[in-house]
Amino acid sequence: MPQPYTTPFFRENATQAIHNAPLQQALQHVEEGFIAKRQRAVDACPEFETLRDQARDIKNHTLSHLDLYLEAYEKAVTASGGHVHYAETAEEARQIILDLCRRRNASTVTKGKSMVTEEIGLNDFLERNNITPIETDLGEYIIQLRGESPSHIIAPAIHLNQKQVEADFRRAHTHLPSTRDLSQAESLLGEARDVLRKRYFEAEVGITGANFLIAETGSSVIVTNEGNGDLTQTLSACHIVVASIEKIVPTLNDCAQLLRLLVRSATGQNMPVYTTFSTGPKRSEDPDGPEEYHVILLDNGRSSLLGSEFQDMLRCIRCGACMNHCPVYHAIGGHAYGAVYPGPMGAVLTPALFGIAASGDLPNASTFCGRCESVCPMRIPLPKMMRHWREREFEQRLSSRTTRYALKLWAFFAKRPKWYRFAISILAPLLAKLGGSQKRIRRVPFAQAWTQHRDLPSPEGKTFLQAWAKHNKRVTRR
Amino acid sequence: MSTRHNIFTKIRRSLSISDADSARQTAMSTHLTKSNRAPATSDDVDIIQRFTTCATQSHASVTQIHDLCNLPDEVTRYLNSKGLPLSIRMGSDPLLQIAFRNHDTTSALKLLFGASDGSDRAALSHARFGIAESGALVLSSGPHNPTTLNFLPEYHLVAVCAEQLCDSLEDALEQIGRTDGNCKLPRAVHLITGPSRSGDIEQKIIMGAHGPRALHIIIVHASLPPYF
Repeated sequence: MPQPYTTPFFRENATQAIHNAPLQQALQHVEEGFIAKRQRAVDACPEFETLRDQARDIKNHTLSHLDLYLEAYEKAVTASGGHVHYAETAEEARQIILDLCRRRNASTVTKGKSMVTEEIGLNDFLERNNITPIETDLGEYIIQLRGESPSHIIAPAIHLNQKQVEADFRRAHTHLPSTRDLSQAESLLGEARDVLRKRYFEAEVGITGANFLIAETGSSVIVTNEGNGDLTQTLSACHIVVASIEKIVPTLNDCAQLLRLLVRSATGQNMPVYTTFSTGPKRSEDPDGPEEYHVILLDNGRSSLLGSEFQDMLRCIRCGACMNHCPVYHAIGGHAYGAVYPGPMGAVLTPALFGIAASGDLPNASTFCGRCESVCPMRIPLPKMMRHWREREFEQRLSSRTTRYALKLWAFFAKRPKWYRFAISILAPLLAKLGGSQKRIRRVPFAQAWTQHRDLPSPEGKTFLQAWAKHNKRVTRR
Repeated sequence: MSTRHNIFTKIRRSLSISDADSARQTAMSTHLTKSNRAPATSDDVDIIQRFTTCATQSHASVTQIHDLCNLPDEVTRYLNSKGLPLSIRMGSDPLLQIAFRNHDTTSALKLLFGASDGSDRAALSHARFGIAESGALVLSSGPHNPTTLNFLPEYHLVAVCAEQLCDSLEDALEQIGRTDGNCKLPRAVHLITGPSRSGDIEQKIIMGAHGPRALHIIIVHASLPPYF
């Protein structure tokens, strides 16, 4: 794996994250910032729920006709003078990009923020091939200086505080006077702006992702608030778009609907500052723009999700609302997941991309509280799909022996109501006694990790069915 | 072509599709031709007021001029108010050409034309549409409208005609995409809503990331030939 892929160590990562004080402080911004902003935007948009239904339908329709829309899209891109390349795997995508860069003799490439280039491990690969990738989104730039991966899909440096950023800039920008004042966030942003401005002009190739690909026009769409994606694609001679196949939407109008949901769900804005529809390379009389326009369509396992119980995941528009509202993400941040995509959407997507054997802990790291599904603009049933992964993990005998025996034991009773009632009628009074007058059990054998932090409420003593039978008896007597 | 073939084969296999399935083709054609729009929100407030409110909320400044020939004065006034040198870069957009046709070359306001190389403090563009629901401007690239003007200068001034304000994003996109009957877009269509900003440091919103630090919108009231 090109990424520092640490999903198999999820438990250790999570424990470390919980004890990491600066991280815990930084994570407060997730809860304080994103949730309130999204809620305000949703409250101000009375048609929001209708939009969610329509968006779900648009994507369902597109996915069930994906082959046809891909063909239509490809035709439109070619007609506008662009080139479409297909990549089945991350490796193929990287190679196509490298070949394009070499053809242009590029020594540096600028990059707009793109999760799919993280997925294919593009930066490491380019560096190994003597091409310097330069991330231009402020958050991405900061974490690139630190040699880290994004901890959030739309706020990659959310795990950091301002002091850390200042220290990174002082370490990296040694050409600037060490006495300069960087105490304000404004001065940090200004410094990044100046440093990166030159880079846009130097880079022969500019790489961006795509929020949407539009079949009817052959356009790629990016949204940013900084304008970095636009400078990346406008000032380079060759614009390469890297996008996965499910980014297709049929029409401009469909795109407009999804845009409304994307921005409100992500940052709580009505519109991002910059939404750009790019269609092909510079036209003959245009005064500026890239001479070449290439789109790399990546499959990387997505085609096999179609028609499966995970197809709905391909509706995801990467807004980040699920992780912004996830109590697990709030507690451990994005890096602990050890994969490219963190949070609930990552817990569903990572096993699909990298296999359940290595990432089985992710779909298990959920209490199924359902907040992710309740805020997902595309109505993706995330908890249900995490449960599907748990089932697969069980079927493939990947979970721990204790878990498997416990589940088998539970299944034995759950499938035999008489046995179940009998067992419960013995256990309930026993546990009630253990709970005493406080009705709380402080320690449960084999579950001390759970009771270490809280008490287990004890049952009342009688089972529900016993209470129900008694109630019925009383009623008939009357 | 083999990679392409493999991907399409996998997609069709996963979706359990047989080769001859004309119903799917029809479903796609139907979807592409129908105008699938978001539910409209009724609003009685004047469209200029709605646009201005939203644009101001996105931290743009908005002003109105009552004749196109007042545009040079407004540009001068704005540059002065920001303490900027009296110099402005623009494309050869017909609307701007009309506005500046009587411009005196010896006057204090210096005009520069063509794409930007990053050294300009201020630029002036013509937006084809303004969108009332969000305060977004719609600018398209073309021979007379360099894209670099939208992103490189620190101060971006944009003229938009009052009658080109529309209610929704779809209204603008449909007009831009279907000018000649076919759906074809200019190389770049930019929706711009306020000045550039970043929230990447502790979620604090700071203006002036990579694009302009300030966006000044000039709504022009003027009767113009229909091609504007």
